[in-house]
Amino acid sequence: MSQSTKQPNRLAAGGSVDRTRTLKFTFNGQAYTGHPGDTLASALLANGVDLVNRSFKYSRPRGIVAAGAEEPNAVMQLGASEATQVPNVRATQQALYDGLVAYSTNGWPDVQKDLMSWIGKLGAPFMPPGFYYKTFMAPASMWMTYEKYIRKTAGLGRSPSEPDPDIYDHMNRHCDVLVIGGGPAGLAAALSAARSGARVIVADEQEAMGGSLLDSRDRLDDQPAHAWVTTALEELAARDNVTLLTRTTANGYHDHNFVTLHERRTEHLADSAPTIEGRRQPRSRLHRVRAGQVVLATGTHERPLVYGNNDLPGNLLAGAVSTYIRRYGVIPGRKLVLTTSNDHAYRAALDWHEAGHEVVAIADAREAPEGELVEQARKHGIRVIAGSAIIEATGSKRVSGARVARIDRDGFKVVGPVETLDCDTIASSGGYSPVIHLASHTGARPTWNEEVLGFVPHTVKGVTTTGGARGVYPLADVLADGAEAGAVAATAMGFEVATEARHVPQATVVTEGAACALYQVPHEKPTLRAPKQFVDLQNDVTAAAIELATREGFESIEHVKRYTAMGFGTDQGKLGNINGMAIAARCLGKSIPEVGTTVFRPNYTPVTFGAVVGRHCRELFDPERYTAMHQWHVEHGAEFEDVGQWKRPWYYPRRVNGRLESMHEAVVRECRAVREHVGILDASTLGKIDIQGPGAREFLGRVYTNKWAKLAPGRVRYGLMCKDDGMVMDDGTTSCLGENHFLMTTTTGGAAAVLEWLEMWHQTEWPELDVYFTSVTDHWATMTVTGPEARKLLAEITDIDLDRESFKFMDWREGRVADVPARVFRISFTGELAFEINVQANYAMHVWKTLFEHGDKYGLTPYGTETMHVLRAEKGFIIAGQDTDGSVTPEDLGMHWAIGYDKPFPWIGKRALSRSDTRRTDRKQLVGLKPRNPEVVLQEGAQIVFDPQQTIPMTMVGHVTSSYYSPTLESGFALAVVKGGHQRMGETVYLPMVDGTIHEAEIVGTQFVDPEGARQNV
Amino acid sequence: MFHIYCPYCEEYREEEEFHPKGQAHLSRPEDPDDCSDEAWGDYLFFRDNPRGIHHEMWVHAQGCRKFFNITRHTVTYEILETYKMGEQPTITAETNTARPAATASSADDRAATEVKGAQGVQA
Repeated sequence: MSQSTKQPNRLAAGGSVDRTRTLKFTFNGQAYTGHPGDTLASALLANGVDLVNRSFKYSRPRGIVAAGAEEPNAVMQLGASEATQVPNVRATQQALYDGLVAYSTNGWPDVQKDLMSWIGKLGAPFMPPGFYYKTFMAPASMWMTYEKYIRKTAGLGRSPSEPDPDIYDHMNRHCDVLVIGGGPAGLAAALSAARSGARVIVADEQEAMGGSLLDSRDRLDDQPAHAWVTTALEELAARDNVTLLTRTTANGYHDHNFVTLHERRTEHLADSAPTIEGRRQPRSRLHRVRAGQVVLATGTHERPLVYGNNDLPGNLLAGAVSTYIRRYGVIPGRKLVLTTSNDHAYRAALDWHEAGHEVVAIADAREAPEGELVEQARKHGIRVIAGSAIIEATGSKRVSGARVARIDRDGFKVVGPVETLDCDTIASSGGYSPVIHLASHTGARPTWNEEVLGFVPHTVKGVTTTGGARGVYPLADVLADGAEAGAVAATAMGFEVATEARHVPQATVVTEGAACALYQVPHEKPTLRAPKQFVDLQNDVTAAAIELATREGFESIEHVKRYTAMGFGTDQGKLGNINGMAIAARCLGKSIPEVGTTVFRPNYTPVTFGAVVGRHCRELFDPERYTAMHQWHVEHGAEFEDVGQWKRPWYYPRRVNGRLESMHEAVVRECRAVREHVGILDASTLGKIDIQGPGAREFLGRVYTNKWAKLAPGRVRYGLMCKDDGMVMDDGTTSCLGENHFLMTTTTGGAAAVLEWLEMWHQTEWPELDVYFTSVTDHWATMTVTGPEARKLLAEITDIDLDRESFKFMDWREGRVADVPARVFRISFTGELAFEINVQANYAMHVWKTLFEHGDKYGLTPYGTETMHVLRAEKGFIIAGQDTDGSVTPEDLGMHWAIGYDKPFPWIGKRALSRSDTRRTDRKQLVGLKPRNPEVVLQEGAQIVFDPQQTIPMTMVGHVTSSYYSPTLESGFALAVVKGGHQRMGETVYLPMVDGTIHEAEIVGTQFVDPEGARQNV
Repeated sequence: MFHIYCPYCEEYREEEEFHPKGQAHLSRPEDPDDCSDEAWGDYLFFRDNPRGIHHEMWVHAQGCRKFFNITRHTVTYEILETYKMGEQPTITAETNTARPAATASSADDRAATEVKGAQGVQA
């Protein structure tokens, strides 16, 4: 069997495919062949595959319509294995490779016999816009159930359920001129800009640059157009200042000429990226380009005409027919009828005729079509039916005929008898829409240009639009416009563009007659009863749906869009939007510019998550910060907790009787060790800010709520920090290192924000204060040695006098610990005797290990953040961000002792504490909760009520902020905020849980263990 | 993503290096204790949300850590100037009234036929 019979629609000659080599691929499980140079779409057409998908809503059979990014139907699921599944690939943009596996994204059980298709056959009255919402609305609670099944019947592909084997790249780029689109305008722009010396990037989404020139009938410098493309690309490729990116879609135009280019590097080669010299190649690359100037040469999309059954397989865009014949050597049928509003589309009929197949007729909506292409068609004996259009396609799974009639465009009606023409292919053209998607991403509204019958972009600073993208269509004009655009962009970047740099080839001039405005073709029946006339094929939006939407009162085009789903999803209205707006305008009795256009959003075509993420995944997703003792924690079996970016030991489970302790068991053991012997915590992650300068002390007094004027060197003080609204933002201790030198500590998570906060107040409000802030978090490692035996242990390895009278609680001393310089702070977050040892991070592991060498005899036990939380909560010490949430004042916390109302300077937060709202007595205040049942550990976040009998919705009066089991109390206990809680000591509150149980708890003080503070003062 | 000129580093840098800090030129009342609750509430909670010229404070957080101000157009997102803390903007809503809100100035309006009412709905 010869190749030609295997590919019944492959022409014997023509196109740029390599017929000497054959590629195998499968589609919906069926084996086919194609050639290098094919796209999946051209190969499917060559094999005579009409039916490529089922439509989204009505499950109607669909075939290939277009040849580029605007393809609405041939949206494929690709992938030979589960791990390499890729949804949403347009067959028209996927180069064929050997072994390609593709499936239709819609259709169940398969695309040929679709169980949902009865809905499509029943017609529009059964599925108007809003069908699902209207039909499945009641009861509302059932919507989630309905939705699950509705989604199953629709949808556009699925994501893989196994990890992606491929890697993806990001690359930052800079250039003077970024040219988007490598067609005639783009290449001309690139040439003139590049010849001036500007750094140029040219990005084109197709397999090869050249755009419309690749299948053009026009000649340049008396050569076939594609020959000039080769010459131009050779010149550009030879220049050091030019980067050419094919298979690269500019998917988003972002602020200040930041453009994201998505380059498909290996998707044309294989199912998964190949490995070269042992290195797996990136499957795709996201170029993040900051361009000086952007030239948008994005060309046009042809508009299909809207007529009955215009979605049947066999209905194609006129330009796509030409592309398949001329570029791929594929003719998608035998007998063609063309319906058009313009001269340009005649090329499809001429190409078809020259390929040796029959052009049955051309239905031209204009009364007197004239122009060179029209004359050529007539000369070939092609029948041209003027003033007419195809009003309806006939057939079931493929076009079998075209019903053509005379139409009155202004009156929107059929005015002559209907003639049915026998054909298997219909090409339609309603004109050309400039591709304004990227220009729209800037937020600038496009304007309607009546001359070209399309929206053209409103240009913004730094952007030049050229060629078809701004409504310039004749090839000679496009080339000149492109050269000018490149020159304008290069000049704006300070380059001189010589006259000869703007040289473009001589194009054959083809005179074309004026196009007419035609969007929806009238039918004998009114729109609502005519066969379905599709506007947006991907989202199954019909002319009737738009008409119905306007009747139901949706007058804004944005509302029509949302009601009908026109222009939604991955399609972004590429083919349908202008037709839809025109239909809405007709129904509303307005003009198209009055109706306006909707917003196009990034991305222009779907981008895989892999490309968006790049290398920022797994261990590179977010930096992990380790303390200097991290390796020790790992070796001693610590479980880790993420605090900000830090990995902190959470608890250290031990193996007891061959079994690893649970967290509860480990925490009980660690808590007892601290309360009875001595424990050690790696506290290096606390934020540390070194503050120096003559203004340092005054500054502290302004940013903390309490007093700092008299803190002497060698002393430490707890400080509370508010925002100017009086709400607590952070807390920590600050030590006086010298008269003008302080060390501030912050919460682990708040370190960066606090530093920025201090800088902001200094730089914006009090620049007159001479003070400097330096983050020293990473420079110092901190280990907290705490428990009754702490002093004895530390004394063994330090030269600092630890006598309780000379080194008091809230003092700090400088000296040596384990023979290295150290600062030791006598502060306590556990309520026990405690020393926080700070040493240079590089020495920390040595000091930590030395402590353990000496600590064994004292029962030195490492403890993690969980035990730290229990111990501090037993003492009522808050954690900013856990027990506070941005709505809690120092007074709410019961920390009046830390508020210096009589300080001379109006410190941050002071004024707000006397606002009426902050003076309310029924504010939520921090209290302790003691569950009546000691075995109960209340849920953090649980809501609190005063009256458990109240019917739902109950009055919630607060919530639990911290809750643990205390080995010391042998009971659960909690911190909570309760309305007016400070005045409710001893009262009972209730915590109703989801499962129906109601816990009882007593309001108590926040200090559960050693409320007098005697233990830390020994 | 913005491209921001840091007036201290005297370089354009990517937005990722900066943090936005809200409206610029807010001055904390000299004597808060002398403020009415309403005046203090205005200072704390009320901010401008103009369509057009807006002055904003930013910080070069991953760079020099300096705070500075920018004048930005909230429709086009064009940054018209950046200036150091303590300086005043040269472009304000008053000096800039001639500028149409929807488009930045551009000589490149060659083929576009402007039609009134073409504005869609922001959504």
